[in-house]
Amino acid sequence: MSPAIEARNAALVAIGAAAIFAAIPMFFGDFAVYLGAEILIYILFALAFNLMLGQGGLVSFGHAAYFAISGYALAILLTTYSWPFWPAFIAAIVLAGIAALVIGYFCIRLTAIYFAMLTLAFSQLVWAIAFKWDDVTGGDEGFIGVAVPVWLVEPSSFYYFALGTVLVAGTLLWVITHSAFGRVLRATKENPQRAEFLGLNVRRVRLVTFVISGTFTGIAGALFTLFNRSVFVESAWWTKSAEVLIMSILGGVGSFFGPALGAAVLILLDRAITEFTQYWPTVLGIILILVLFFLPDGLIGLFRRKRAEDGDELGDADPAPSRTPAE
Amino acid sequence: MLTNPMFLSMTILNGISIGMVIFVIAAGLTLILGVLRVLNFAHGAFFMLGGYVGWQVAEVWLDGVPGALWIAAIAAGLVLAVLALIIERTMLKHLYGREEYYQLLFTFALVLLINDAVKVIWGTDILTIAHPDSLRGAMDLGITFYPKYRLFLCAVGIVVAVLLWLLVSKTRWGRLTRAARMDREMLSALGVRVSLVYASVFVLGAMLAGIGGALAAADRSLYPGMDADIIVRTFIVVIIGGLGSLWGAFLGALILGLITAFGTVLVPEFELVLIYLMMIAILMFRPWGLLGREEAR
Repeated sequence: MSPAIEARNAALVAIGAAAIFAAIPMFFGDFAVYLGAEILIYILFALAFNLMLGQGGLVSFGHAAYFAISGYALAILLTTYSWPFWPAFIAAIVLAGIAALVIGYFCIRLTAIYFAMLTLAFSQLVWAIAFKWDDVTGGDEGFIGVAVPVWLVEPSSFYYFALGTVLVAGTLLWVITHSAFGRVLRATKENPQRAEFLGLNVRRVRLVTFVISGTFTGIAGALFTLFNRSVFVESAWWTKSAEVLIMSILGGVGSFFGPALGAAVLILLDRAITEFTQYWPTVLGIILILVLFFLPDGLIGLFRRKRAEDGDELGDADPAPSRTPAE
Repeated sequence: MLTNPMFLSMTILNGISIGMVIFVIAAGLTLILGVLRVLNFAHGAFFMLGGYVGWQVAEVWLDGVPGALWIAAIAAGLVLAVLALIIERTMLKHLYGREEYYQLLFTFALVLLINDAVKVIWGTDILTIAHPDSLRGAMDLGITFYPKYRLFLCAVGIVVAVLLWLLVSKTRWGRLTRAARMDREMLSALGVRVSLVYASVFVLGAMLAGIGGALAAADRSLYPGMDADIIVRTFIVVIIGGLGSLWGAFLGALILGLITAFGTVLVPEFELVLIYLMMIAILMFRPWGLLGREEAR
């Protein structure tokens, strides 16, 4: 597929999805709006996360950290320090990016399992601080009663704000993925040694990716605070990091839109199944095993298999990715 | 507080006994990680399940029988061994060599399934196993009295360490696992069924976690979800010790136990923060862990 056609197709998918999301408040009640907003936030979280996993081959097991840092920062700036909305919103996101820079600086020195575990350790550190620093974060009880600006109080107005933000952020992520930098990033994933020989600074590429991914995760985290009007310490707990990993793999890490699909499907399934049974974890466990064994490309693979001959949209069409020499 | 020798020695013993329980789990995890290259998220759940099986045997089926705990521990080890064998042969073996997040997610799915199974079978109440008669009460150590059962747990950790070390360094099986770790293809070309070596390592690791779970359940309580805290601490031990290193895990477990014990006394609110800081500090200077080798990547 030529880049122009690829961009056109992506734009069509995004416009189509945005139109469906935009229509939700017009036809459904508050419950659907609520659910839709949550899905939008997780779509952004998964897209940001997958920049590292799908494009860079970097398995972060601590993305909850950036989600929670920006979530808490926004809550604290808006409520405790009564900052105006936009400076607080931007500062929270920048803070997540800075945290990603500091943590990434240490993590990118490692690869594979070591990398995953160090990201996990840092995110657990963030969790432990949020949990224990009662005076600032509310600790165990959570930070309740965030001073959300008046124009965002109405569910549908927050919903459209979230939709707009996710569209802009998603477009930026798409542009980054398909830019020269995105190609460099994929080179460092496919063959880091060769990328090094070609004069690329693999570590710097990975660090920049880490920061971009952390920053966009921060946007999702900030939206989540506005959505809940509170922040809970669970945001930083490692299962949050596992959740976004599950969403990405469920949808398909090899494709740009896969993780978005995974996020939507996982949340909808969660809501639907908890209606019938309290054993959602069992259902999720079975879904995971089925996906791992029968759908290695994720759900998006179902659409793609039909047009496999057309070539893969990102040129990484290995259905069962093999280990790279770096591991 | 810590200038009091009695209090100091108690805190040290607390640290060692916490560390030794974690070591029994970490030993299996690090063995699996070293040989299979699989990060087993379900290892904490295996430990928890061992505790529940032990409770079932000791408190329900053999209630009042002398030595019930020992039979319960063996039963827990066997149940976990069989379960691990089934999991490995039917599912896990198909995931070797795939990217690490496949194995991560697979074992995460096991965590979800085991937790729900525990809730269905044993409910959500907190359960405990009684100490065996012979290990009830405290022992006079000269400086301080200390619960006999915790001293026993310390001894278990040391015995497990020595036995595993003998097994890995002195037996044919141990040589095979070390060979499998270095060059799987070559070992397989030499006519060894590598797949069975892998299965045996996974089964042994799970069995240890099961026995450890049953023995630890007599010292701490059982509740669904307890595995989350355990697995995170076990990971920390394995990471700071060096992935795949038995003595590294031993050292890491001691460090973690002591930091936990002293942290609880000195900075009760921030004991966990202290542990993560220690881990990050170690990884910054020795990313491959205290006793790990630099290769392994």
